Amino acid sequence: MVAVGTLAGCAPSGSEDGTGAGGELSGTLTVFAAASLTDVFTEVGDRLMEGNPSLQVRFTFAGSSALATQIVQGAPADLFASADPQQMAVVTDAGLQAAAPEVFAENVLEIAVPAGNPGGVTGIEDFADPDLVLAVCAAAVPCGAAADRVFEAAGVTAVPDTEEEDVRAGLTKVRLGEVDAALVYASDVRSAGSDVEGIPVPEAEEAVNEYPLCVLDDASNPAAARAFADLVLSDEGRRTLADAGFRPSS
Amino acid sequence: MRRPGTRVPAPLAIPAALAVAFLVLPLAGLLVRAPWSSVVEQLTAPGVGQALRLSLLSATAATAVSLLLGVPLAWVLARSRIRGRSVLRALVTVPLVLPPVVGGVALFLVLGRQGIVGSWLDATFGITIPFTTAAVVIAQTFVAMPFLVVSVEGALRAADARFEDVAATLGADRWTTFRRVTLPMVAPGVAAGAVLCWARALGEFGATITFAGNFPGTTQTMPTAVYLALQSEPEAAVVLSLVLLAVSLGTLLLLRDRWLGRVVP
Repeated sequence: MVAVGTLAGCAPSGSEDGTGAGGELSGTLTVFAAASLTDVFTEVGDRLMEGNPSLQVRFTFAGSSALATQIVQGAPADLFASADPQQMAVVTDAGLQAAAPEVFAENVLEIAVPAGNPGGVTGIEDFADPDLVLAVCAAAVPCGAAADRVFEAAGVTAVPDTEEEDVRAGLTKVRLGEVDAALVYASDVRSAGSDVEGIPVPEAEEAVNEYPLCVLDDASNPAAARAFADLVLSDEGRRTLADAGFRPSS
Repeated sequence: MRRPGTRVPAPLAIPAALAVAFLVLPLAGLLVRAPWSSVVEQLTAPGVGQALRLSLLSATAATAVSLLLGVPLAWVLARSRIRGRSVLRALVTVPLVLPPVVGGVALFLVLGRQGIVGSWLDATFGITIPFTTAAVVIAQTFVAMPFLVVSVEGALRAADARFEDVAATLGADRWTTFRRVTLPMVAPGVAAGAVLCWARALGEFGATITFAGNFPGTTQTMPTAVYLALQSEPEAAVVLSLVLLAVSLGTLLLLRDRWLGRVVP
């Protein structure tokens, strides 16, 4: 069945492997994607299902490292989209990819402040102000490693009050007004709507984060997975990504 | 030689053995996967001692607060005749079913600097609670106290209330009766509840990292350190988990001998 599936892109066959009689996609597609992709990928999935009424797209959104661990432990996924190349490498080092990963988006850090900016934050140098309540990501997670590079490039010695376990946890604290500023991704700022204001950081160019995706080798629906990847990489997909605050890959 | 009465019947022995296997095998998995060659290096890594110390201190403080507030609450639930007691009982066990991360957000909404009580504390006394060691203790108490309350209430219900009635007929008021009769009678239940509460506080992660954040030395506990290590160095996470397990098991065994050993007949 796997062998049939690999060829399914060009050979019309039964519905189990994802291709219906007219080349239309069917069956179930399971996508494992970084939590920051929740809005964009849900939209892409809806688009794909509109064109293929007998296709069902299911998502698992979580931290990239948790997803990579689950895939290596045998979780049944067709496509993996990671928020950083390191977690993609966890999957490719285990030889689980059907083809080389493709970078489809970039994300840069931005300062998120609560609506109205109560702390009067103006730029990255405010992260050295001990009077402000500040959140950054812990160095062990990708956004924390990127934050360290940005601080270094800006020559700022940050004095955070908390080192968050993931980027959304930092954003939540901004939304609740419990911190004056957090360093998060531009896409996170966009997703928070009017609760949160973003302040761009020029030094963030030093730490651009790449998002790779790949179809997995034991995908049960490789044709649909490929179609999903193509849709993400298409002009339409790039527009959706840009609307959500991502930068389409260069 | 086995006495005939001490043999465990098979319908109990087999499920019990399965339960032991189920509960202990994951621990064995950790022991097998532990990178024994680099244990010393992992243990002396900066922050480990700090996190362990903070975990032990905060869990103990949370247990102390839970005892001070939780034992009286358990008495009210078990012995008083106030109206709406069953609703009250359900309400105080909410933290047991609430996902801890949600508990952390709920604590923000009350005690955060924008919270109902927290904004008043900030404006009046200039006190802000989140991201402090006090916040760690509060988060752990919120999650762990119900374990103590449920245990102590159970012990109170099982205890023979006639001793209290006798004390009352002999002229003791309810407070004296509580202190001199009730409390000694349910001491094993209180001790067991305190142990449960302490263990739950020690392992607390979700509410703590949400409400108190994560900063080495002030708010980073062992479970937070383990979670973060898991993101980058899974082997270090295994070692840290084993340290937490060894210390907590050691403490509980010691307490069992020294403290529970005396009160349990």
